Amino acid sequence: MQRIRLRYTKRGRLRFTSHRDFQRAFERALRRAEVPMAYSAGFTPHPKVSYANAAPTGTGSEAEYLEIQLTEVREPATLRELLDESLPDGLDVVDAVEARTSGLADRLQASVWEIRLDGVRHEQAERAVAAFLAAETVEVERRTKNGLRTFDARAAVAQLEALAPTADRPGEGACAILRLVVRHGTPAVRPDDVLSGLRATADLAPPVPAAVTRLAQGLLDEETGTVTDPLAPDREAVMAAPTTAARTDLHPASPRGTAAPAPEGSA
Amino acid sequence: MTVESVFPQLEALLPHVQKPIQYVGGELNSTVKPWDECDVRWALMYPDAYEVGLPNQGVMILYEVLNEREGVLAERTYSVWPDLEALMREHRVPQFTVDSHRPVRAFDVFGLSFSTELGYTNMLTALDLAGIPLNAADRTLDDPIVLAGGHAAFNPEPIADFIDCAVIGDGEQAVLEITEIIRAWKAEGRPGGREELLFRLAKTGGVYVPGFYDVEYLPDGRIGRVVPNKSGVPWRVSKHTVMDLDEWPYPKQPLVPLAETVHERMSVEIFRGCTRGCRFCQAGMITRPVRERTITGIGEMVDRGLKATGFEEVGLLSLSSADHSEIGDIAKGLADRYEEDKIGLSLPSTRVDAFNIDLANELTRNGRRSGLTFAPEGGSERIRKVINKMVSEEDLIRTVATAYGNGWRQVKLYFMCGLPTETDEDVLQIADMATKVIAKGREVSRSNDIRCTVSIGGFVPKPHTPFQWAPQLSAEETDARLEKLRDKIRGDKKYGRSIGFRYHDGKPGIVEGLLSRGDRRVGAVIRAVYEDGGRFDGWREHFSYDRWMECAGKTLPEFGLDVDWYTTRERSYEEVLPWDHLDSGLDKDWLWEDWQDALDETEVEDCRWTPCFDCGVCPQMDTQIQIGPTGKKLLPLAVKNAAPAPSPVGHTH
Repeated sequence: MQRIRLRYTKRGRLRFTSHRDFQRAFERALRRAEVPMAYSAGFTPHPKVSYANAAPTGTGSEAEYLEIQLTEVREPATLRELLDESLPDGLDVVDAVEARTSGLADRLQASVWEIRLDGVRHEQAERAVAAFLAAETVEVERRTKNGLRTFDARAAVAQLEALAPTADRPGEGACAILRLVVRHGTPAVRPDDVLSGLRATADLAPPVPAAVTRLAQGLLDEETGTVTDPLAPDREAVMAAPTTAARTDLHPASPRGTAAPAPEGSA
Repeated sequence: MTVESVFPQLEALLPHVQKPIQYVGGELNSTVKPWDECDVRWALMYPDAYEVGLPNQGVMILYEVLNEREGVLAERTYSVWPDLEALMREHRVPQFTVDSHRPVRAFDVFGLSFSTELGYTNMLTALDLAGIPLNAADRTLDDPIVLAGGHAAFNPEPIADFIDCAVIGDGEQAVLEITEIIRAWKAEGRPGGREELLFRLAKTGGVYVPGFYDVEYLPDGRIGRVVPNKSGVPWRVSKHTVMDLDEWPYPKQPLVPLAETVHERMSVEIFRGCTRGCRFCQAGMITRPVRERTITGIGEMVDRGLKATGFEEVGLLSLSSADHSEIGDIAKGLADRYEEDKIGLSLPSTRVDAFNIDLANELTRNGRRSGLTFAPEGGSERIRKVINKMVSEEDLIRTVATAYGNGWRQVKLYFMCGLPTETDEDVLQIADMATKVIAKGREVSRSNDIRCTVSIGGFVPKPHTPFQWAPQLSAEETDARLEKLRDKIRGDKKYGRSIGFRYHDGKPGIVEGLLSRGDRRVGAVIRAVYEDGGRFDGWREHFSYDRWMECAGKTLPEFGLDVDWYTTRERSYEEVLPWDHLDSGLDKDWLWEDWQDALDETEVEDCRWTPCFDCGVCPQMDTQIQIGPTGKKLLPLAVKNAAPAPSPVGHTH
């Protein structure tokens, strides 16, 4: 039994893919790519896939994570390519590593978000950010399945800044860009909650919907506000003990110098 | 001239609507061709929500057939839900295609596929959002040719005001012929404008242009005659028939949506047409003759389609799938081939006989056995003779006994209410049948944990069938009859609790009946309903019977007519029917004789196994029945069976 962790994206128009939609698409991609999936037991067996912390529908992402269980050993890089080809453009599999550690989900402590606000001037955004950060708590409301909920959107925010307007193209009108680092917790604070907070504290009301993209997820360094690659520990473990590669050496007949299959029953 | 995408404008609206994914396109196997490199461009619409429209086989086939051609592009568009419609109107975003988000008005052809008449108001919404005048007469060279196809197009008269032309029958070859005519006309600099193009299409005899025909009415409201108003336009327009299905193995690359849709499976049409001769069935009448795809052709399509999509289910489609001459070998061959892959197989539309239980067992040998569905259609032996559904009660009981004996726990039975000559007694016998099914099921399964669900809806007489002359049962009478049946089932102390009862009330059927057998005057009703806000008439939560009746009450009296005149009125032999000038190949006299046979409770056999009954289609359309057996077997795929020896990691396929 091999476990592989993948990072994938939701780009461009496919950011409107809901998590359920993605799950169906991904399971089909597994079939198209003929990945030797492990299945759950039971009446209707499902391929063993664990999803972590999916971004909300409508927000883009460069850093979504999942883990799959295989019955035969596969080379992660090749698997990544096959799966990427089997998914529509925009849902791109960009990283793959064999799981060597436990607790990927635990390492997803925080997210880095980029929020593009068309029609908002940089100075306007800066003022709003300052007001938000100055507040002890920022009460926001969100409609959930169980009705309207009120909670604090401030405490979870580790960092919020208005980036210098370099991306503004001449003649394109104002555009402010926010960089937001949020700790994951309960209740989950999402970028739109922070936007509600900016509206509440500083009356910031973008004329068009914000374009929101998750740039990274991982362990949070509270000092610097940086978020580190959650797959790094697995990568390091593989480097330290590349068992898959070692097995290849034991099987010189393997044509491409890649991993040989696991013997039957080894799972 | 390049046409700009409207996606930037649309994108700003998407965060405010339900399920935005349905509007963004980008599905696996979708195609975007460069606009400027194509000289004939089609916008194809299934006029219902994306979740219903995307899996539609007809649109998917034509989309691929057209896009495979050099210099031709086809993009898809679907009905937008009212939440987006309101935003599009507010922000002036036009009806767009999901592939490149180009405005529908920029295309050469706007082709709509109507499986049902209930899509007509959605067509008007799309036209209006597209900025295309609703009336064909008001369109200019800047507007696309609006073309209707699909089964409902066999009587396009109710939408004659809104469409430029209609094509009846199989679309694969027809769209290519039309494309060539448009290409030539454009290359010549569009001489004579729209009229000339439509005339060139009409002259082929295979494209119906309503504007080139005048309808004359008798003082009593019936049609006097339908006459071409332009020299060179044929009196009748013929349906199109594709003869060799193996030459048209579409869809090769079925679209795989990201959004959830009503059917998510690899569908293969295993044959087209049906000659069982059920008299209520329009599909069976208008798609004759039977043309089978060969077992090997089916095998290749399934293999290629599964590889292209990753679907986990295969549907073997047709009007009566178990009738394929080699269905046993097909089912067994596919079940063998995909045993390891957890691929489910389904066989919709099967008849009531024991052979089908064997098939169903084969198809589900790796999975669960939940429910089997049969359609006796009529509750009494007598009414089944009227509709020519040749299945006896003994057949049914024997079949369900086998089913329950093989581990199936639920049987669904489909019926219709309001069939010609039907009485309360015919319908009440449905309860007796369900009772016997349960009794037999308990006996063979030795369990009380079995169910039988009765599903019943109102019958709507359709054009080009022997029942095209029949009176439709009124909504009130339909509902009253269904209530009596419900009471009888619920009142059964011993078996009632094991019988589920699902029914559709009679009201939607009346609107469908008005649109099915309507003529050009019904167009005014459709327009009035659309203008009053009518949308998505196939959806219970959007459909409004009262709105339809109100609008009909405002528009039809002008012609001295009402809804009953179109629905519950029986037609006579002499009456000119609105669709008589559309030639489905069926001889009208044969249909009439079959109608008389129905009234006499006389059955007619299937011409696949008995001599020809002269329905007229083969000689009229120069076609013939094409069935096997070919004697070939479905060979297992070599790759699959080589599996146990693990292949080296990292190999590519």
